[in-house]
Amino acid sequence: MNDVYISRSTAVAARELAGEMVIMSAVDSTLFSLNETASLIWQAADGKTPLSEIVELRICNEFDVVLEDAYRDAMALVEELAGYGILQLSDQPVAESTLEVAKIA
Amino acid sequence: MSLMAELNQRALHRGVPLSVHLDVTYRCNERCEHCYLEHDGDGEMTTAEIKNILDQLAAAGVFFLTISGGEPLIRRDCFEIIEHARALRFNVKLKTNAVLIREKEARRLRELNVEQVQISVYSHRAEVHDGISKLPGSLKRTIAGIRLLRAQGLKVTLANVLMKGNRQDSEGVRQLAAEVGAHYTLDPTITPMMSGDTSVLRLRLPSNQLRSVFEDSNLVGDVAEFCAPPPPVDDDAREGYPCSAGHTACYVSPRGEVYPCVQFPITCGNLREQSFREIWENSPQFLEVRSIRGKDLTTCSSCNHLGTCTRCPGLAWMEGNMRGPSSADCEKSYVRTGIASAAMLAGSGSSFSSVGSGLIQIQPFAAHA
Repeated sequence: MNDVYISRSTAVAARELAGEMVIMSAVDSTLFSLNETASLIWQAADGKTPLSEIVELRICNEFDVVLEDAYRDAMALVEELAGYGILQLSDQPVAESTLEVAKIA
Repeated sequence: MSLMAELNQRALHRGVPLSVHLDVTYRCNERCEHCYLEHDGDGEMTTAEIKNILDQLAAAGVFFLTISGGEPLIRRDCFEIIEHARALRFNVKLKTNAVLIREKEARRLRELNVEQVQISVYSHRAEVHDGISKLPGSLKRTIAGIRLLRAQGLKVTLANVLMKGNRQDSEGVRQLAAEVGAHYTLDPTITPMMSGDTSVLRLRLPSNQLRSVFEDSNLVGDVAEFCAPPPPVDDDAREGYPCSAGHTACYVSPRGEVYPCVQFPITCGNLREQSFREIWENSPQFLEVRSIRGKDLTTCSSCNHLGTCTRCPGLAWMEGNMRGPSSADCEKSYVRTGIASAAMLAGSGSSFSSVGSGLIQIQPFAAHA
């Protein structure tokens, strides 16, 4: 399988509420609520861990699901979230973007 | 139900403070004649104290963070505070007069992905706006700041506080908002000063001018719907909470005091003495606010407007009883619908009622499921 690396966009607000991630895009103020499984993937999106490993460790170890099926569903999810601009996909590991902290002179 | 309404319901059921209004300073470069604050910087929290509080708010589940003042940008560390807030992934809304915003400040706010900037504009005419802000040249600088923010693609809202001196300029401000690509909100809210001084209430719109606001479709949309008589009071209204203050929202002052709302200045604790979680979960004041349902309200529980009134518990508290009527909202309901409130019929006026009607923007919070 062609694996991908996923990282969270810095242009979002995000908070966990009762096990589910609430995310709002700062670009267009669209609000998202991720279910428990999608939230696990979001929280693991460090840009360094391949999606297959995230699915195996975070999903298959927690839920009774076959790896291939879970990976297919996870790929569909991350592509959808990337389409909204709140997640970034890469075929290479990336350092998770951090907020620039340069001071205003 | 919208996703936002679902989010509010989930937060309400779980006791999560979804929204916090944080004033980082009371100092300001303007002296707006209707302002409810004293503008001294005594006891203001340090950068480290505010960062620590932001950490606590994030851990408590706060998602929406409004950073305001005073004028927040008057603090040299304001961007450091915003940076910390964004690193904690708050949805940040900044309330400012934009006078101190130049290109680099606008660019920095964009880089930090501040979700929205709200700016007070009193008029499209300098003599009126500057006359209210008491800062010569302020409208020119504010509009320049707005244009710089919009050039960065930031979402900007012009908050048009209406009072006696500027009611006639609401259309001009609305057109200004359209011209610069900003949202426009109307706010005929004049509240007593936090100190309890009610002298600013003399600026409230009189009833006839408030009625003209309610009958302006450019401002309220469907006038017939907006001014319709209230539907029969149902169990949702009787079992519902007055508003989100203390339930899913609260306020933090520059000195670390925690209130249910900026308009409800009852001290529930101080973050210099207790953790946010301790105050939020155990403060007797918060527990009392949360215990109140529509059916528990003095006089209002028997009012026809119970389900639709924008009764502000903070204003009621400042009038002497957090379970009592807010006379400004009684008058608003009356002016809007032509139907007197139970408090008006009972003749339970207040010290506020003689200074004209006002409009409080806190919306009734949905009844719990």
